[in-house]
Amino acid sequence: MDKYVCTLCGYVYDPAKGDPDNGIDPGTKFKDLPDDWQCPICGASKDDFEKQA
Amino acid sequence: MRPTKIAEGIYSVGVIDWNIRDFHGYSTDRGSSYNAFLIIDEKIALIDTVKKEFADQLIKNICDIIDPKKIDYLISNHTEMDHSGSLPPVMRAIGENKPLYCSKMGLKNIQRHFPQKWNFHAVENGEELCLGNKTLQFIETKMLHWPDSMFSYLKEDKILFSSDAFGQHYAGYEIFNDQVGEAIMPHAKKYFANILLLYAPRILKLVDQIAELGLKFEMICPDHGVLWRNNPSEIIDAYVKWSRQEGEKKAVVVYDTMWHSTETMAEAISSSIAEEGVAACPINIRNSHRSDIVTAVLDAKAVIVGSPTLNNGLFPTVSDFLTYMKGLKPQNKIAAAFGSYGWSGEAVDLINKEFESMKLEILDPGLKIQYVPDNEAMDACFQFGKKIAKAVSR
Ligand SMILES: [Fe+2]
Ligand SMILES: [Fe+2]
Ligand SMILES: [Zn+2]
Repeated sequence: MDKYVCTLCGYVYDPAKGDPDNGIDPGTKFKDLPDDWQCPICGASKDDFEKQA
Repeated sequence: MRPTKIAEGIYSVGVIDWNIRDFHGYSTDRGSSYNAFLIIDEKIALIDTVKKEFADQLIKNICDIIDPKKIDYLISNHTEMDHSGSLPPVMRAIGENKPLYCSKMGLKNIQRHFPQKWNFHAVENGEELCLGNKTLQFIETKMLHWPDSMFSYLKEDKILFSSDAFGQHYAGYEIFNDQVGEAIMPHAKKYFANILLLYAPRILKLVDQIAELGLKFEMICPDHGVLWRNNPSEIIDAYVKWSRQEGEKKAVVVYDTMWHSTETMAEAISSSIAEEGVAACPINIRNSHRSDIVTAVLDAKAVIVGSPTLNNGLFPTVSDFLTYMKGLKPQNKIAAAFGSYGWSGEAVDLINKEFESMKLEILDPGLKIQYVPDNEAMDACFQFGKKIAKAVSR
């Protein structure tokens, strides 16, 4: 599963880990995150993320 | 400096750091200040503290106005230590159990700085705190410039306490922008270029958000330098302009040199750019601080970088500059590389690689000259400059 990087702060969304602090279960693909999901570090929106090379 | 009343019931109680010349690698030739604000109403709030070395001065300033024990709330807009460093002595002075307001990221970050289990209150974005006749509203400004950063807005007085945003590293007895005049802008610009440039897209979003919320500002009070009292929209407009990075008709030629060959090239390239009516600004890295160089780059349409090849690599000062500039994520710029070399000449390609990773528009594969530029090489430099000037003018 692809990881995605926040272009604002550098946080990496790792689908294997999810974002449990914000109710995202491990195993959730980036594209399946809710549209209003935000970067847990800086609050950037999903379209501020890029697929990790 | 002694506390100053800035509006009815509102005092600036911060301190001046006259002697700081290096602020985490940013050259502060005019020192700085750490501003803090006391709001006196039915309830009393202190917004931000100062660098820890200045805690006694801050507490003394507060004591000139009220007994610190009367403070009801401490508001921490930002966790960086120039504003949080005095939290321990200030909390002791006002009472360890008093509520400490901060953003949600502030809560996490303050706990990463201090072991004390203070009475934290992490605010929701837009949350309000009523002080009696005055109301504070908190606005999350994540990554402007830390995850914890927030603004506090005093609704009735229309005063924005903006933390680091709109600040300037400037030490002086002047309190307000109109007391310094236009001379404050270069300091505000340098602050933006070094601290905020990489968050330009976020700044543009925030300015839109402020407009949507219909917020009006009578005064903007940053945590460094003068307060924007006279026409505060001037600094907001400047932030919008700098964030857009449209680039003026200007090329900055940044270089270092070993035996003056790369320097000779830099000067030839610059003078050729200038002949075409484009402002050209040659900067020898070793005579300028990196924080001043990126300030010059901020509003330039082109950034041209020259390096000799040393031991098959970049000259170290050029690497330093490129690393620093890359972190600040400049956008919409034309770039080109040049340099003199002895036998291998890797530097130009290495500069291009950095330009590529910064997603700058590389205008030319770059100009390499072996050893000392001869007439033919000088001509190549002039042609190179012309090509740059043409691209800047298009
Ligand atoms: Fe800061
Ligand atoms: Fe600061
Ligand atoms: Zn982020």
